[in-house]
Amino acid sequence: MATIQPIAENEQHPDVALVERVRAGDVSAYDTLVRKYERQIFRIAQHITQNREDAEDVMQDAFLKAYEKLEQFQGNSKFYTWLVRIAVNESLMRLRKRRTGRMVSIDEDVETEEGSVPRDLADWAPNPEQNYTQAELGEILRKTIQGLPQGFRVVFVLRDVEQLSTEETAETLGLSVPAVKSRLLRARLQLRERLTRYFRKKKGSKEAGPKETGVEK
Amino acid sequence: MTCTEFLAQLDDLIDESVTAEMRADLREHLRGCEHCEVTLDTTRKTIEIYRSHEIYDLPSAVSQRLHAAILARCKKGC
Repeated sequence: MATIQPIAENEQHPDVALVERVRAGDVSAYDTLVRKYERQIFRIAQHITQNREDAEDVMQDAFLKAYEKLEQFQGNSKFYTWLVRIAVNESLMRLRKRRTGRMVSIDEDVETEEGSVPRDLADWAPNPEQNYTQAELGEILRKTIQGLPQGFRVVFVLRDVEQLSTEETAETLGLSVPAVKSRLLRARLQLRERLTRYFRKKKGSKEAGPKETGVEK
Repeated sequence: MTCTEFLAQLDDLIDESVTAEMRADLREHLRGCEHCEVTLDTTRKTIEIYRSHEIYDLPSAVSQRLHAAILARCKKGC
């Protein structure tokens, strides 16, 4: 999985040169940017819309919109962060269309107190993911993160999966830094708690127990 | 340090943004608190497992459609 590496202040991010080439009319430079970030943008759109078709549309619309608005890109934030902001907005708009008459925002459902304090304190088996096939594990991880409130899920995805900084996440979502920090802690604790149901160390054994059948508990 | 105070610093500890002094206090708490040690360890593993597993793979057909759409749009110019 690609990660976004921090760059030194006086070092130019390679995307800046690509953006300049696109502005000069080099279409292949934009294709390079699309190839570099398409997987991340698709993931983010999937996490927010929770719908495969919507995620495909959002990804396409976000890249087309970014291309059309490229003149507005100032370069004082990273191209990727700017692109993510467009994709998040497109995803939320898509949700609003699906749920007509109902506002959709990243502030939805965040008032819950669930998971703000760890309750299930069982340790995990060593390498617990090895007790599941890749398909089973994917299903567990998807179901678990889908169960988080939207406002927690998107913060976790941007901070911990896509590895944006706290400040970049706050800027992208239009939240304060303390709000991002508060949501991130609760998202991490809730996911940890929910994954413990699958990954806990079995009593009386240093190793994980026999493989569970199915992933639902 | 209480468990609640430890929990308030959990994210900064995971993100390695605590001062050396605070880190020492947190380590001291961990030495005597199995619960917080488990919470820290399994929270780290939670992040790691989501970071290292691609749960929404981009199908190559979708990627191809995207590139075709971009190319069609780019031909018209910005």
